[in-house]
Amino acid sequence: MKKKILSIILAAGILTTSAFGFTGCGNSSGSTSSGSSSSSSSEDSASSDKVTITNVSYDPTRELYAAYNEAFKTHWKEQTGQDVEITQSHGGSGKQALEVANGLEADVVTLALEGDVNAVRDAGLIEDGWVKEFDKDSAPYTSTIVFLVRKGNPKNIKDWDDLVKDGVGIITPNPKTSGGARWNYLAAWAYADKLYNGDEAKIQEFIKKLFQNVLVLDSGARGATTTFVENGQGDVLIAWENEAFLSIKDYPDDYEIITPSISILAQPSVAIVDEVVDKRGTREVATEYLNYLYSDEAQKIAGDNYYRPSNEEILKEYSDVFNLDINLVTIDDFGGWDEAQEKHFADGGIFDQIYEE
Amino acid sequence: MQENKKVSRAVKWILISVCVVFVFFMLILPLITVITEALRSGWETYQKAVADEYALNAAGLTIEATVFAVLINTVFGIFASWAITKFPFRGKKLLTTLIDIPVTVSPIIAGLIFLLTFGRQSPIYPWLQDLGLQIVFAVPGIILATVFVTFPFISRELIPVMEAQGTEEEEAAALMGAGGFTIFRKVTFPHIKWALLYGIVLCAARAMGEFGAVSVISGHLRGKTNTLPLHVEILFNEFQYVPAFAVSSLLVIMALIILIIRSIVEYRGKKA
Amino acid sequence: MNKAKKRVIPGFGLSMGVTLAILSLIVIIPLASLVLFTAQMNFSEIIEIITRKRVLASFYVSFITAFIASLINAVMGVILAWVLVRYDFPFKRVLDGMIELPFALPTAVAGIALTALTADTGAIGSFFEQFGIKIAYTRIGITVALIFIGIPFVVRSVQPVLEKLDHSYEEAAGVLGASKVKIFWKIIFPEIRPAVFTGFGLAFGRCIGEYGSVVFIAGNMPYETEITPLIIMSELQEYDYTSATAIALVMLLFSFAVLFAVNIIQARSTKILKGGNK
Repeated sequence: MKKKILSIILAAGILTTSAFGFTGCGNSSGSTSSGSSSSSSSEDSASSDKVTITNVSYDPTRELYAAYNEAFKTHWKEQTGQDVEITQSHGGSGKQALEVANGLEADVVTLALEGDVNAVRDAGLIEDGWVKEFDKDSAPYTSTIVFLVRKGNPKNIKDWDDLVKDGVGIITPNPKTSGGARWNYLAAWAYADKLYNGDEAKIQEFIKKLFQNVLVLDSGARGATTTFVENGQGDVLIAWENEAFLSIKDYPDDYEIITPSISILAQPSVAIVDEVVDKRGTREVATEYLNYLYSDEAQKIAGDNYYRPSNEEILKEYSDVFNLDINLVTIDDFGGWDEAQEKHFADGGIFDQIYEE
Repeated sequence: MQENKKVSRAVKWILISVCVVFVFFMLILPLITVITEALRSGWETYQKAVADEYALNAAGLTIEATVFAVLINTVFGIFASWAITKFPFRGKKLLTTLIDIPVTVSPIIAGLIFLLTFGRQSPIYPWLQDLGLQIVFAVPGIILATVFVTFPFISRELIPVMEAQGTEEEEAAALMGAGGFTIFRKVTFPHIKWALLYGIVLCAARAMGEFGAVSVISGHLRGKTNTLPLHVEILFNEFQYVPAFAVSSLLVIMALIILIIRSIVEYRGKKA
Repeated sequence: MNKAKKRVIPGFGLSMGVTLAILSLIVIIPLASLVLFTAQMNFSEIIEIITRKRVLASFYVSFITAFIASLINAVMGVILAWVLVRYDFPFKRVLDGMIELPFALPTAVAGIALTALTADTGAIGSFFEQFGIKIAYTRIGITVALIFIGIPFVVRSVQPVLEKLDHSYEEAAGVLGASKVKIFWKIIFPEIRPAVFTGFGLAFGRCIGEYGSVVFIAGNMPYETEITPLIIMSELQEYDYTSATAIALVMLLFSFAVLFAVNIIQARSTKILKGGNK
């Protein structure tokens, strides 16, 4: 009897290892495109004629990076004579950060907020002080939070205080799952903060009322836009400025953008993933990839895709597109991301309290 | 008696109508929605969406994952149902429960456990790195997740059939001196071949459509780790509704082909 | 007796070895890593996480919608199986073939299509809107999505049992003058009951963990339409691995319990299949 059990365990052991080998085979055949090209580039990245980098980004930047990647390919070819291939990955900002922290090999991350890049840093993949590595706090383009309403603005929504009125249906993503939604929440907070002169109890009451008017709390920014645009829910969508412009572009006769009196300067952050570029030997191209985002050409691409260029000169060229009079607070007014995260969005934070009872 | 027949005929048609209405609203209407949305902007847009480079790439990966899932699960299904039905041993219920568990595990958890096991936080990650094995956010991870969600499909089809068939024939063959594989090939296989095919078809259908678990473990690398369902999600998130539904319809067509094969298989199986 | 049997048919060691090997690689090791991860916390921490109000509310939402959906599926599944086995009518094969569709259609696609249909701008949604009933973005919407996901389970569990069922008892009862309803409840239902339970259990287990289709159709409002898998997702996005795994573990234990019950019932169901065969 004992012998039998022993032989079973032995067979199991052998098969487990062979099964590992089996999946290993699947690996080598499946990922030749990524595996071999990356290893060759790590050995002689300067002399080889092709290099691949991966940019892990968040949802609303798809169009931006589709255009920018083309521009960068040409730029890099001119500068070094080398072809560069850029693999894109898009998804909810927090989810993307998490995947990089868990081993998704990203050379650069271009996420919705500093807090998400910090999560990758906390996993040990990015070195401290990354915020200062590039200009303007590593935010080559910015955006803000605006309202998208149905044509003619039937509910007459002009500013944040119109959102807390009875009978107004709001669509916004969930701040717990969506980076963009955290900006929405903080922008509303900034307005109430000014309205009530910092009386925290009243601000909370305001935010609570606002979220009581929320009809659908989608898990991501794109899902919320779909709910509002395609499925016709709600009266107002609180959205990224660039997302609102995209909807207008697709349906010019159906929607209007309303800019509130106060909003927040949303600074999507970019960073080099140090551990990955060192392993793959792609630091040079990755650095240039992010640096070139500040070039005039790239800044214009950002503007064309409805992101506010961080270069003031170029931003002015787009004054007919963006409302530049808007009063923008920044994350520093909230004491930086770590503090804002802890106070508002952590488990048991203010956002959780709004929904309690 | 006449009365009785009339009543039972009425019952028959009422029941049939209930079924038809239910199936129409729950299954056919969503299907129609997918197809009409896909063709909303005309045939050319449809063709363009389906023949897109990334769509084809994703289709390739979906097929690859499906083939692996079917292969691994077939091997497993045959060995497992052989062990479970031909031999008495302790803990059989526990074993069958463990085999079934992937059906009821949330796809999110399915993805999560592979992330925990093979991801960067895992204790074996450095070891995998040394071997040059990238499992999560690469093709092997997708295959593993797909195998996981379809795990019991084949064994679940085989076990009842082999159980019903009993062990006498195999015992007789063994007493006559036949080896294990000969017994399986000559005695058992003819009994189970239709159930096996049916299981394979189900497994393939489910493997193609898997979204949740694969989504957690794929990393959404465009052209590298996107399966068709993930490609649909990406298109959807790009506000490209029509192409998204076009690619979905591709999956629907693949599924329908598989279901038609299933019908034929079942029909022939019943005739045999 | 047992021992003798074991020796007669060869291949126990090999088949058991292969079974355990693949099972460990695909199921046991990954599941164990979840348990190990949770084991880093102490018991009171786990309790604290899983008894948060919002988590408890999501358990309730997941449970109640999955339960109602599986119940509807159990009833419809029996009717469908009955119609498919006992009656002949045009396009029966088509109907039969459609049953597995929910397996093959990606859940996200199903969710998007169902949302488009049942939102108040959609074909079905606008009809119900007249009566003031909202489907999409409510618990009803979640239930609809789960019904879709769970259809095949009960049908496919009951169908083979009905096929193998011996007609002679029914006929005898009919001859003796028992009504159709009585025949069904007294003779047929007891035979298919284990299969119904099996199907119900599987559908229930599958529904309670469903994510892809539900996130699109649920409004995802905390306390109202937020399902447990979504909570796990949001914990993950906050990098709160410990909370995510703790909640995942609860769900896992739950599905394990459901399945274990199902398998015990299935043992009975198999006996009937076997009996019917002879």
